[in-house]
Amino acid sequence: MKSGSNLEKVLEAGHFSVTAECGPPRGADPEHVRKKAAFVKDNVDACNVTDNQTSVVRMSSLAGCLLVKESGVEPLIQMVVRDRNRIALQSDLLGASAMGVRNLLCLSGDHQKFGDDPQAKNVFDIDSMQLINLARRMRDEGVFPSGDKLEGAPKFYIGCAVNPFADPYEIRVPRLKLKIEAGADFVQTQCIYNMDTFKRYMEDTKKEGLHEKVKILAGVTPLKSAGMAKFMNKFVAGIDIPEEVIKRVADEPKEKQAAKGIEICIEQIGELKEMEGIAGVHVMAIEWEEKLNEIIGGAGLLPRPVVE
Amino acid sequence: MITGTPKPIEEILEMVEPYDNIIVAGCHGCVTVCRVGGHKEVEVLSSTLRLARESGGSKIEINELSLERQCDPEYVETLRPLIDDYQAVLSIACGAGIQFLAEKFSKTPILPGINTGFLGVTERQGEWSERCQGCGDCVLHLTGGICPVTRCAKQLFHGPCGGSTAGKCEIDQNVQCGWQLIIDRLKALDQMDNYLKLKPYKGWDSSRDGGPRRIIREDMI
Repeated sequence: MKSGSNLEKVLEAGHFSVTAECGPPRGADPEHVRKKAAFVKDNVDACNVTDNQTSVVRMSSLAGCLLVKESGVEPLIQMVVRDRNRIALQSDLLGASAMGVRNLLCLSGDHQKFGDDPQAKNVFDIDSMQLINLARRMRDEGVFPSGDKLEGAPKFYIGCAVNPFADPYEIRVPRLKLKIEAGADFVQTQCIYNMDTFKRYMEDTKKEGLHEKVKILAGVTPLKSAGMAKFMNKFVAGIDIPEEVIKRVADEPKEKQAAKGIEICIEQIGELKEMEGIAGVHVMAIEWEEKLNEIIGGAGLLPRPVVE
Repeated sequence: MITGTPKPIEEILEMVEPYDNIIVAGCHGCVTVCRVGGHKEVEVLSSTLRLARESGGSKIEINELSLERQCDPEYVETLRPLIDDYQAVLSIACGAGIQFLAEKFSKTPILPGINTGFLGVTERQGEWSERCQGCGDCVLHLTGGICPVTRCAKQLFHGPCGGSTAGKCEIDQNVQCGWQLIIDRLKALDQMDNYLKLKPYKGWDSSRDGGPRRIIREDMI
């Protein structure tokens, strides 16, 4: 075992894995996280805690992870390279590991332009590829990038994100290959709505044998309404929701659109479960954690396996 | 070249408010080429200031002049014989020129008339865009001649990020994705192998992060 995390154990045992995410609050109230964690508990193998997503300031990912962990859910810390230089990143990796966080997702982070501090200075000292490599070297070689020996190596199951729907398409599989080379153990994809594009991506991934080198968790986000679908399609970079998916939700009366969104999500997980090379799903029920049980249960993925 | 934009006239008027006898100093270097700090701009700015001050009832005397380069001691020294006759200098050179005047003439206030921009190129008349951040460790041979530090909003060395859509950057539909440009160019050069290499952490110590920089060429001293 590289990290000994529950997520690693479940995936390595060959189970179809489930992760979800909790966005920490825009404030210091721990109850907010505990409430979300209660919805997540027993439905997932690990729960991502986002790191100031869309550059909107929130409680730190590390603090959120600890609250999630206290609630009996295995945390997965998201770490973006936008706000911290390599000194702070290394320090947070050590701190997170010391506090028992065993899963890590390395990200670039949305540009600060999208947040509430668009005039902030960004950092981007190293990129997400290099953060993956940094965490891997610290874990496997027990050294800092400077070559100095660590007093206790941080143990992480190291993840990366991929967006099969961003451009240029042709670089998406080579870039995943590079992330695996850098040290990624697992992948969580951007929300998938366009199954045709995703299937093509998986075919290309399999041609390179990458699905055998890394555990691929397919990302899904249930649509709450046709309005949400249209908004995401138009304003969120790298999101691709085909018209027919939007139509299926839009054809329902307003009060039934959410149920339709969940139905589509469950259907999609069913399809992903059957796809070769998919090791699990990452369910991003954004500010809708209370529906996780319904979605994951509905997809036949409960109870979650216990691997010793 | 070093580019810049004129400061708002209100800001300049506020800066020169305490003075009634100043030099407006242009520069024949970069700022002339990008039409923000050359002699023509000295003339236009001086006329505007005179008119504004006259209409406000407090006239201002202005000596309009331009130096060959404000970043070169040889030319800066040409100001020395007349500097004491004026209360201040409004320089419309880049930040380097403005500071160099301030360094050489310690008793005279040197005021900035422009906001210095970036190291860039002329796209077409009236449009300039950034190309270089002077990071001190050029990697253009690996990236198809397109700089990831300057052209990628996140300065990624292994881009593009998930926010690249149809060749545009997530920050603005009018901004090209630097990594799309790099990939297009690497493909055209048959150098995609460069993309597939894990790049080492960049040493930002050669950039401004390492503190104010200095170049000493022993062979020239």
